[in-house]
Amino acid sequence: MAEQGWDEFEIGAMLRSFNGEAKDVALTLQEDRDYSSNNSFTASVADWRIEKPVFNKDYCIDCQFCWVYCPDISIISRDKKMIGIDMDHCKGCGICVEVCPTNPKSLLMYSEQTDEEQALAAWPSKDEGEK
Amino acid sequence: MGEVKKIKNLKEFSTSADRFEGANLLCPGCAHSIIVREVLNATNDDLILASSTGCLEVCTAVYPYTSWDASWIHIGFENGSTAVAGAEAMYQALKRKGRLKQPDRSTKFVAFGGDGASYDIGFQWISGCMERGHDMMYIVLDNEVYANTGGQRSSATPIGASATTSPAGRKSYGEKKNKKDMVAIMAAHDIPYSAQVAPNKWKDMVKKIQHGLNVEGPVFINAMSPCTTEWKFDPKDTMMISDLATDSLVFPLYEIIDGHELNITYRPKHKVPVEEYLAAQGRFKHLFKAEYKHMIKEWQDRVDATWEYLQRREEARV
Repeated sequence: MAEQGWDEFEIGAMLRSFNGEAKDVALTLQEDRDYSSNNSFTASVADWRIEKPVFNKDYCIDCQFCWVYCPDISIISRDKKMIGIDMDHCKGCGICVEVCPTNPKSLLMYSEQTDEEQALAAWPSKDEGEK
Repeated sequence: MGEVKKIKNLKEFSTSADRFEGANLLCPGCAHSIIVREVLNATNDDLILASSTGCLEVCTAVYPYTSWDASWIHIGFENGSTAVAGAEAMYQALKRKGRLKQPDRSTKFVAFGGDGASYDIGFQWISGCMERGHDMMYIVLDNEVYANTGGQRSSATPIGASATTSPAGRKSYGEKKNKKDMVAIMAAHDIPYSAQVAPNKWKDMVKKIQHGLNVEGPVFINAMSPCTTEWKFDPKDTMMISDLATDSLVFPLYEIIDGHELNITYRPKHKVPVEEYLAAQGRFKHLFKAEYKHMIKEWQDRVDATWEYLQRREEARV
């Protein structure tokens, strides 16, 4: 279907989010869902990013501010713990870094090419200037 | 009526399974999807959703993709509200006749629209839905401008903002008319619940959405949605701008029950001057020039007057 031209697709199209029957979606976590190829979950906007967030779990207090304010469902939280970033769907807006309350921050923006391990090794220490 | 989902704190909220997906084409830092996520995660009930034409609609349903994991429909610019109202009427009819396929499940009806689709183009349709008493919720994603088509002014654009059809320049300070009070207009339909919400106050938002979904009858929600493109601020500052808007009382959070009982739900501990809110956005940049400086004081006076009015209405209980 994705290969159809602009004048070929059906009028009044109906897209199915899942393959087959989907029951209790609200109680099924993303990894347990059977997404169809029409669901934007299967697409990626990773190429929109200029800067990417890097997550340092050593300083994270699992407050979940980043989870609730992420516009792109890219902060993955399971069992009340923040476990990582969904790099396929992150657009690099930087809201997660702004709302992070820890000192030093547990999330920082780096340019897309930065090596994650190098960034983690050179993580800034506590900023004494702030309260 | 379904059980109300228990959300005591943010950690508990974060166990929700999102029904709105990433890789939608909304701008980075767009508040629309933050609001939609907070709304959808507030309930576990089945949802029938509709969107009016606008940023949210064009960005979440780009053929061949959909970003919605619930039933969702788009028809036209004006009729997101009536599409859902029609579905609701059908649902009630089938229920009455005992022909629902899954009568034990609880289903909620929610329509989303931008401020253009709600304040201007779909106004009559929404008014009709509210008047007919459908059991539905209408949510305005209020970014105060026609953001999808290039930033034309809408009747939600506040005074002094520069929009592409009311640009600021040597002869004009931008938009001449002030924003219309949509919540008051909708409350005047004597609907059981209407409220203003902001994405940065997630708990207030969840509480109001849960109340609204469980109330019988039409519900109107006005959600502030800072627009990084048209308000002209950095994408990372979306929550900062929201905080400034609620703390400066430019966007007060309150609810109106049964069309008359007004409750203020958020009182900032430290009130921020409106000037800070204006200074953070590019669309108000020109107000800081010498010739338009008087506008800032007018802004502050008007915001204070509105706050005074809300407080007095809350006290009077009328």
